[in-house]
Amino acid sequence: MPETNGHDGTPESGAAGNGGGNGAGASKVGALVAGAKATQTKAIGELKEAIKAPEKTDVWKSILRVKHDETPRSRALGVLSNVFLHLHPAKINRDAVKYNYTWGMGGMTFYVYITLVFTGTLLMFYYHPSKVVAFRDILYLESDVPFGKLLRNMHRWGAHLMVIMVELHMFRVFLTGSYKKPREFNWVVGVLLLVLTLLLSFTGYLLPDDQLGFWAVTVGTNMARATPLLGHAGPFGPQLGMTPFNDVRFGLLGGSIVDSNALLRAYIWHCVAIPILASAFMVVHFWRVRKDGGISGPAAIMLESEIKEPKKI
Amino acid sequence: MDFHQLWVILSTPDNVPIVLLLFVVPFYTWYGLRQAFANDRLIAQLEADPALAKTHHRKTQPFKAGWSRDVHVWPYLLRIEFLAAIIVTVILMVWSITLNAPLEEPANPTLTMNPSKAPWYFLGLQEMLVYFDPWMAGVVMPSLIIIGLMVIPYIDPNPLGNGYYTYKQRKFSILTFIFGFIVLWVSMIVIGTLIRGPGWMWFWPGTTWDHNRLIFEVNRDLPDIFGITGRAGKVIFGAIVVGLYTVVAALLMHKLITKTAFNRKIYARMSVLQYVVMQTFLIIMLSLPVKILARQLFRIKYVWVTPWFNI
Repeated sequence: MPETNGHDGTPESGAAGNGGGNGAGASKVGALVAGAKATQTKAIGELKEAIKAPEKTDVWKSILRVKHDETPRSRALGVLSNVFLHLHPAKINRDAVKYNYTWGMGGMTFYVYITLVFTGTLLMFYYHPSKVVAFRDILYLESDVPFGKLLRNMHRWGAHLMVIMVELHMFRVFLTGSYKKPREFNWVVGVLLLVLTLLLSFTGYLLPDDQLGFWAVTVGTNMARATPLLGHAGPFGPQLGMTPFNDVRFGLLGGSIVDSNALLRAYIWHCVAIPILASAFMVVHFWRVRKDGGISGPAAIMLESEIKEPKKI
Repeated sequence: MDFHQLWVILSTPDNVPIVLLLFVVPFYTWYGLRQAFANDRLIAQLEADPALAKTHHRKTQPFKAGWSRDVHVWPYLLRIEFLAAIIVTVILMVWSITLNAPLEEPANPTLTMNPSKAPWYFLGLQEMLVYFDPWMAGVVMPSLIIIGLMVIPYIDPNPLGNGYYTYKQRKFSILTFIFGFIVLWVSMIVIGTLIRGPGWMWFWPGTTWDHNRLIFEVNRDLPDIFGITGRAGKVIFGAIVVGLYTVVAALLMHKLITKTAFNRKIYARMSVLQYVVMQTFLIIMLSLPVKILARQLFRIKYVWVTPWFNI
């Protein structure tokens, strides 16, 4: 029986009636094997089909939402229907994709910011913002944590790179006059982001709790005590009742010297508050780039003779 | 020539960004201005030939009839972004593998670092401390820089040069920004990083940092030079000098703002408020180099001495 049974996936019709108890059992097993083989063949067929044309599967369709073929329509949809890419327009000024206009500084700044968030989050796993262990955590990170040194180096150099790139981005935007109508407000947001970038870098400087960071932050925050009106050593500060224990520097450091409270405050500003603020402003910044008409150029040159009279308010 | 000292300064890990800045800022200035001059030549050509101006696509980039003015973001932009991300990652990786982030001894409030420097991007402000008191260099000036940057779009009434590089159509604003960014901001960072040594003293590149060096500079206040000793006299004298500077600087700036026929045309578009705000920030910006010169040439410490603040 077995040799005739199930070879083509269908059990022989008379098999069940012919045999005794043994025969009936064997034919049941046979039917089962035959069924399994049929399922296997079917599964292989389905798998082959899915591999051959994955875009036809329901899973694929559910993730990507639209068809992706070689048509202009789906190229546009590919950008517009993607959460990460939808900040882009579907089409862009043909000259804007060349490097020489934008220098790519804005986009690269954002990319470096992402790498900083990534490496920074990993660093947070190994760091305690406490005067007792902060410095030791850095030593531990550099000597014992796998790739810890690389992680810290990338975070440090990435921060420097971000500051340089932000400044160059601003330089480019100025040189191309991209802050002009209708992008005035986005320039303001950009200046705020520049300030937040510097503050992010500055608050991070203290965290290793070494001499370099300690004295840099001491020098930096000593300026705050000279704040006019709000600092105890600033113009009109003493007259308004400012002392080292209630002025703006005290608020920044959580004390009158750079100590454990200052470390904790720097940590929270650096890891929580400023990143949230900066991210919020970045959202606005990118959104406004789109809403203000996309990338500013390279635009057609305007001649002096074409200046229109300004509108009266 | 102390090459060892020079190397120690240049190779200090946190100074590497400034060394990078020394190359990157001149490069991008050249890169931007080169395109500006190319556009300026096209502008001159179009102004000379109105018929061409009507038909020209008005860019230095090539364009032919039938070409579409836009391209698809996928793939033309996204592939560049992808490439840029890879290049930045590789640069950051190589930099991080070859150079270690600095880590000094544990923080010790009883052992002052000499020189003790702020992070490099604040060294321009720290350098300003030589010329101004902390309330001015550390608080007022930075705030004014931030506000001054923010108001730029609102005080620039020039409609030309929106979205393309040009020098000819925006001479005043481009020169002002380059003066502020490169001459004041970047070069003061470079001075603060590479030249200032122990005691924040000036050490030319290649000279040895002498920790025992003393400089006997007799810096005097301007009222003392004029023999004014009374407290009220100093206050009034300082106010007069600062007022005089303001007037002279404002006149000078006004001269620049209305220098050419084109400048006057733009000036005519300005509201009074725009003009006043612009003058205010220009006068304050100019006060920095003026104070630097006053210190370096005449050894003047303060101009305006009052019981509450000194400028």
